[in-house]
Amino acid sequence: MEAEAFSNRRAHPELLDTLWEYQNQHGYIRDEDLEQCSKEFDISSIELEGVISFYHFFHRRPAGKFTIYLNNSIVSEFKGFQRVREAFERETGARFGEVDPSGMFGLFETSCIGLSDQEPAALINFLPFTNLNTLKVRQVIAKIKQGVPIEEVCDEVEDNIRYVPPGKRAVFFREYFPGNAITKLRGLSPEQVIEEINRSKLSGRGGAFFPTGLKWGLCRQQPAGPKYIVCNADEGEPGTFKDRVLMNAMPSLAIEGMAIAGYAVGAREGILYLRAEYSWMKAKLEKDIERFYRMGLLGKNVAGIEGFDFDIRLQLGAGSYVVGEETAMLNSMEGKRGEARVKQYYPIERGFLGLPTVVNNVETLCAAARILELGADHFLKAGTATSPGTKLISVSGDCHQPGVYEIEYGMTVEELLKLCQADAPYYMQVSGPSGECISMADKKRAFSKEDLSCGGAFMVFSKHRDILQILLNFTTFFKEESCGVCTPCRAGNFILQRKLEKMKLGLAQNSDYEDIRQWGHIMQIASRCGLGKTATNTLIKALDTFPEYFEVKQSDGFNRKFDLTKATEAYEKFKS
Amino acid sequence: MKNSKAKRKKKQPTKGAVTIKIDGKEITAKEGQNLVQIARENGIFIPSLCYYEHIDPPLGTCRVCICEIDGKPAPACMQKVKENMEVRVNTPEMEDTRKAIVEMMFAEGNHFCPACEKSGDCSLQHMGYEMGVSISRFPHLFKDRIIDFHPKRMIIEHNRCVKCHRCVEEVLTKEGKQVFSLCNRGNETVVGIDYEQEAKLTREEALAAMQLCPTGAILVRGKSMAKPFGDRQFDNQSVQKEEQAKKAVVEAAVKAAKEKKVIATISLAGCFGCHMSMLDIDLGFIDLLEVVEFNKSPINDIKKFTQQCDIGLIEGGCCNSENVETLREFRRKCDILVAVGECSIWGGLPAMRNMIPLEECLEEAYLNSITTVAGEHIVPYHEDLPKILDKVYPCNEIVKIDYFIPGCPPNPEHIWKAVKNLLWGDQYSILYSEFKYD
Repeated sequence: MEAEAFSNRRAHPELLDTLWEYQNQHGYIRDEDLEQCSKEFDISSIELEGVISFYHFFHRRPAGKFTIYLNNSIVSEFKGFQRVREAFERETGARFGEVDPSGMFGLFETSCIGLSDQEPAALINFLPFTNLNTLKVRQVIAKIKQGVPIEEVCDEVEDNIRYVPPGKRAVFFREYFPGNAITKLRGLSPEQVIEEINRSKLSGRGGAFFPTGLKWGLCRQQPAGPKYIVCNADEGEPGTFKDRVLMNAMPSLAIEGMAIAGYAVGAREGILYLRAEYSWMKAKLEKDIERFYRMGLLGKNVAGIEGFDFDIRLQLGAGSYVVGEETAMLNSMEGKRGEARVKQYYPIERGFLGLPTVVNNVETLCAAARILELGADHFLKAGTATSPGTKLISVSGDCHQPGVYEIEYGMTVEELLKLCQADAPYYMQVSGPSGECISMADKKRAFSKEDLSCGGAFMVFSKHRDILQILLNFTTFFKEESCGVCTPCRAGNFILQRKLEKMKLGLAQNSDYEDIRQWGHIMQIASRCGLGKTATNTLIKALDTFPEYFEVKQSDGFNRKFDLTKATEAYEKFKS
Repeated sequence: MKNSKAKRKKKQPTKGAVTIKIDGKEITAKEGQNLVQIARENGIFIPSLCYYEHIDPPLGTCRVCICEIDGKPAPACMQKVKENMEVRVNTPEMEDTRKAIVEMMFAEGNHFCPACEKSGDCSLQHMGYEMGVSISRFPHLFKDRIIDFHPKRMIIEHNRCVKCHRCVEEVLTKEGKQVFSLCNRGNETVVGIDYEQEAKLTREEALAAMQLCPTGAILVRGKSMAKPFGDRQFDNQSVQKEEQAKKAVVEAAVKAAKEKKVIATISLAGCFGCHMSMLDIDLGFIDLLEVVEFNKSPINDIKKFTQQCDIGLIEGGCCNSENVETLREFRRKCDILVAVGECSIWGGLPAMRNMIPLEECLEEAYLNSITTVAGEHIVPYHEDLPKILDKVYPCNEIVKIDYFIPGCPPNPEHIWKAVKNLLWGDQYSILYSEFKYD
């Protein structure tokens, strides 16, 4: 079989769900569960351990009746992470990384949970708690201790949709009637659907800008089958939360997009890969899938189109950033470690189970659904000639209006900063840690394919923030989220983190800055997947973009940590 | 294991011959063949660790085989040759990148080659030799790793594992179950072993696994060095062509460019013992003056720098503000700064006061000693006097020190050999008698 030739290990698409069942049953995966599971899937226990230990929401030791995951992203750090962290330790009696003696609370740090517009935020038993502070932590923990059901304590997540383009040019955030897009398929051939998408010039909204119509067309031409549609709802890039808002505000739009893609490509099954951080939306999404089945918009003869059957199921992730990379996601769906595959084949050639698969971001699929519903012409009206349409940008950090902005391509950085009421902006991070950093010198740059391509995150930091703290947070994030397979990424991020710590201590020399450039470059050219290739982009760019900041940090042979005045303080007492 | 290999050895459909270029050399190969393999067959050395001809698709985990493929850096093991492919293996950038990746492995793991059972049969060590790795440019990470003695036939030495994945893919039980798997992720990634499955392997299979491992991470109990020194796999010759190997040899240090180098020296919180030692090369000093001249130094009593110097030798640490200023001036005026002797390296004898608060020290010395008369003495303090620091600082806590020469004092030969090496790149070795102090 084709699938077997691709990888010697058999795929176990049900494995992640099974592990979740065990995890949820006891709060962790016990030895006996592991044994049971290993029998059930007929694989060695070490292979299972390998999978379990890859995802940070799976535990092999008790993780508390209430498992608390506090987000440690840079936005959270600047909004009071440390104080909230201390408050959690004080109130629960547990230390981070551990469980309190009674086994009630387990405290863990986690990378961005997609709530950057309401930080500091945490998940308790995967339910959201936003805008935390010391007082709120005390109240929340007190209520939980009193036995108030956690569903009643948790917060309602705000959508914070701040801006839509004027003149009804909005694509996403406008009136929405479920089913309006799918029903447009009636009377259209798959080729016509692809043609319409091609005409709209829609390109991948995850940031890679691959033309969506082309991807669908190429997949359609693949002789092998069955084919699959995968909706990538694993927005793990710190600072990104646009997909969360899309799915929360109109859960079924992505479902329609998947069905449309399925029709165009000739697939019968779609899988929505939802990151575990968004578990709180799972019920809502499943309800909508259910509703679509009842409305005849999923299942057999979708929307009354004879012979077009399409099923959608939801696959829950288990905590890993790199799984957002499409081939890593395919591995994860097959119940393997979420390591990126080597680039021998594109997913459209050999994807899920070695079969042709289209992987699209939530936003891309939603855009596709809207294009079908409103027509490519509507889409082409917004944006620029080469980058038509609108883009969702998640804005967070030092601004008064954090939230999602549906901007038209062509909008400049300056305009967006004004819209979000940024506070003395100095350092902007575009597309998250793996993207690029810009300064106010770039304020005239425009969001578009040619200029400032953006995956969806826009973090603003004021001039009072310490750039080194930002970079150290990013590098630590990559160090922990690296899948560990290739040397440059696994060792390189670790080495660079040490270097930045040295810098923080005031011990860095000029040569250390040169090292960062050279070593960062080695990681860029030698790493195996996008994570390692992009992990040092920001680090290297920051050195060039903010020379005035690093100039004072650099010691050309002098140790700035040594303070002569302080060292002679004791002696000054003898001044008569 | 056999089954899995047979299964994967799928017949490649015969395809037409293609011509590719490797470092300018034209090579004919079958389309779709693996580039590392083709290079090997044609006597061109592309370093690699994880590549293993039976594994398809290749693992691409170690990244050591990175080359320029049609102008872009990419691992050679992932390339299938196609018509007009242009490969550049030995460009300075690619050579340095490959070397850096091997150095990363040495910095990440804990490799003590002389004590390793696979020494001489180890691909990592071999790559290190072939690429001329003498030191890792990366700081050693000192990651704590374990040696796993639990398996029945094997010992897993996690200190030596480079996570190449070979054992994960290749070592299977008869039922096709994995014996190894990567566990954890990020910098915590390790190759875990399944004790239950491992016990099912035969001794031959275990030995094959040991052989498969490119380092000494998988060992089989009772199996030590297979061959005596000199007969081991990589003992005798380089796999690189002779001209390549020649290139790797360090260029002769015939750099004794005849312009004189300039030296400055100083004694800070020291006893001048190191300076005495410098003079102890006796008549050798006259030869030395042929090739160097001294600028600021107690040796010639020049008090002020008159020019930028090539090298500065520092004796003693810093106990007062004047020491700090002098040291900083040395940093500014000298291209290379060397800390000579224990006091400059970590404080030495003067640092004995670091355990006692400054106030107590001064009071004991000036006010409470048995020779002082009560009320008649004070602790000296004047704006013209250097200020005493709260403790004695080693030089590298004040400025960047490039090199350290230990000893109390260091042997004169040791000092000057090191200096000559730094100034002209002379090869040198320190004799046992020159650094043995007890």
